[in-house]
Amino acid sequence: MADPIKIYPPKPSHVYFYATCLIDMFYPDAGMAGIQLLEREGIKVCFPEDQTCCGQPAYTSGYHDEARAVAKAQLDLFPEDWPIVVPSGSCGGMMRKHYPSLFKHTRQEAKAIDIAARTWELTDFLLNVCHIKLEDVGEPTTVAMHTSCSARREMGVAEVGPRLIGQLNNVSLVEQTRAEECCGFGGTFAVRHPEISGAMVSEKVDTLTDTGAGEFVTTDCGCLMNIAGYAEKNRKPLAGQHILSFLWNRTNPGKGGES
Amino acid sequence: MNSESSANPHHIDVKEFHPRAQAAIADPKLRQNFRRAMDGLISKRKDAFEGMDLEALRELGANIRLRALANLPDLLEQLETKLTANGIKVHWAIDGDEACRIVRNICVARNAKTVIKGKSMVSEEMELNHYLEEHGIEALESDLGEYIVQLAGETPSHIIMPAIHKNTGEISELMHEKTGTDLSSDVEYLTASARQQLRERFMNADVGVTGVNFAVAETGTLCLVENEGNGRMTTTVPPCHIAVTGIEKVVGTLEDVVPLLALLTRSATGQHITTYFNMISGPRKPEELDGPEEVHLVLVDNGRSSIYQDDELLDTLRCIRCGACMNHCPVYTRVGGHTYGTTYPGPIGKILMPHLIGLDEGRHLPTASSLCGACGEVCPVKIPIPDLLVRLRQESVDGDKLNPAKVRGHGAKRGTLEALIWKGWSWMHARPGIYRFGTAVAARLRMLQPGQLGGWTKYRTAPKLANKTLHQKMKERDQ
Repeated sequence: MADPIKIYPPKPSHVYFYATCLIDMFYPDAGMAGIQLLEREGIKVCFPEDQTCCGQPAYTSGYHDEARAVAKAQLDLFPEDWPIVVPSGSCGGMMRKHYPSLFKHTRQEAKAIDIAARTWELTDFLLNVCHIKLEDVGEPTTVAMHTSCSARREMGVAEVGPRLIGQLNNVSLVEQTRAEECCGFGGTFAVRHPEISGAMVSEKVDTLTDTGAGEFVTTDCGCLMNIAGYAEKNRKPLAGQHILSFLWNRTNPGKGGES
Repeated sequence: MNSESSANPHHIDVKEFHPRAQAAIADPKLRQNFRRAMDGLISKRKDAFEGMDLEALRELGANIRLRALANLPDLLEQLETKLTANGIKVHWAIDGDEACRIVRNICVARNAKTVIKGKSMVSEEMELNHYLEEHGIEALESDLGEYIVQLAGETPSHIIMPAIHKNTGEISELMHEKTGTDLSSDVEYLTASARQQLRERFMNADVGVTGVNFAVAETGTLCLVENEGNGRMTTTVPPCHIAVTGIEKVVGTLEDVVPLLALLTRSATGQHITTYFNMISGPRKPEELDGPEEVHLVLVDNGRSSIYQDDELLDTLRCIRCGACMNHCPVYTRVGGHTYGTTYPGPIGKILMPHLIGLDEGRHLPTASSLCGACGEVCPVKIPIPDLLVRLRQESVDGDKLNPAKVRGHGAKRGTLEALIWKGWSWMHARPGIYRFGTAVAARLRMLQPGQLGGWTKYRTAPKLANKTLHQKMKERDQ
């Protein structure tokens, strides 16, 4: 019953890139930044065209039949034994932690277990499998970081973001009060319990703003959309971006990545 | 629910969670009281485990509880045999009402008119105070927090710190109004006043009622953890002691208690050990000077054996009632304990109460979580609380044909419209071609995106669709 120990694979020649539906529709540049970071490490990135969504929204809402139907459509996307990298702790957590139980006692169980074992959160993969070395070409700046709860607790990558940012010579990372507390997104929670979620995100924005950084990065687009959306609506001096966009833009002398 | 409990002045409609949550969030004083208290408890817990291998200890705690639950029927039999041999009378109650009747019958047989109580969440489950009062028996809480809550005519807002929703000023005003204590911001003075008021009552009480933290099967010992000495007084001064507890509180051996106690006190209040740790092994023996003439244990089921039937839900019964899950819960911190409207609030309440009151009555409880996982991370016996919340969400909408729901009142939250939305969502996302077409059209028509999205845009701007999906960008790149 102990949590399984993570054993990082050797750096592979290829990976599957599982973008997640939020990145696909709302933050494609963050996805592109992740792909470019991987390619710069000499890895060939395969983007399965038939990918849609991991199924998590229905799963956490209790609609497991519907979640299973969507998840099942993802199971055949990864025929080679390459790692599957996901630019999100939340969707990565769904695949790594919940696919095996979702497909328990079904014909897809073995495949789900195999996919779970091959799924990696992308920053974790860059740091601990690619052993990436980042060369900062940006102007001096200060940022705060919000690690999503699923990245922190399901994927166990709380240390990864700060270590990657730590490689950037011109970036100082500041930590907000109660950094480990949830931002209040929680998927459908934000819609089902808007007042509670609103109270949570308002305090998250306050603590991030109080750092004086003016900018934050995060591992997950759900948190990004929540925190940045609150800051924008309430005219708080706080901008956010996905950590992959940030890392790519800081280390890419050219014009690629997100503007 | 019978007429006795529905007449309870405390009876709150659990389904009215939303309005209570809104009111709590709009109350700055309440929010400040909880935020400060929870911040303090989080930091005390952290300090208390400093230098210890917490993960190994949690693993041990979880295994001890799992082993006890695996042998629960045998351990309960062994417990009864040992307790009986030690002179403690054992009673079994299928639900709260039966447990109340048992306590009352013991009181009646002794012609008891006053009961003094140590802290017991199971007695809250039973609504014992109210029941006894209806039957002409006075029940007085002796735990300071419980005493304050009782003075205020409220229920506990936290399982360990029942009056945590009140600050010193509010407590002083309450004590002034109800007991004539001088208004004061001096905590020592207020505590001493309450102590004085209670001391007299201990001497005159006919019966003492307490809970149990661990019931040890091997030796027939009832362990009681407390800080104020009121537990020691309640179990030794009155001539009769009645302990009430849930059937899941049994452990195999005294050795099992050691790590569980280390986890319990550190997780709950950040203490290495509580001021008092009582081990009750029987009534006063002829050669002894102190102690009650009679000791009873009431073992309460109240829905627990139905939890026991399911391998996954069983984990709910590991709980040792430390309250760390609520201390670390961002939702509990915002809305406070009373918002839940249940005996047990916070994360443990959300996974336990649906079994006690039915998932129809408690249908909103499992949704009131962002699934952040803070509760599961700090649970000293590693209850996978987020997983159990998802399981109960599934049960509440009958959402899994492969694993049919079984909790009483399942399916009550399934709405036609929501079910239809998920069906449509699932249909589209299981068909990659339609998904690509749909998302590409949405990107093209993004200017038509609605600016208002219900509860989301009350606090935030609407998320903005990109002009091209990543699918489209990748396709262009490959060409």
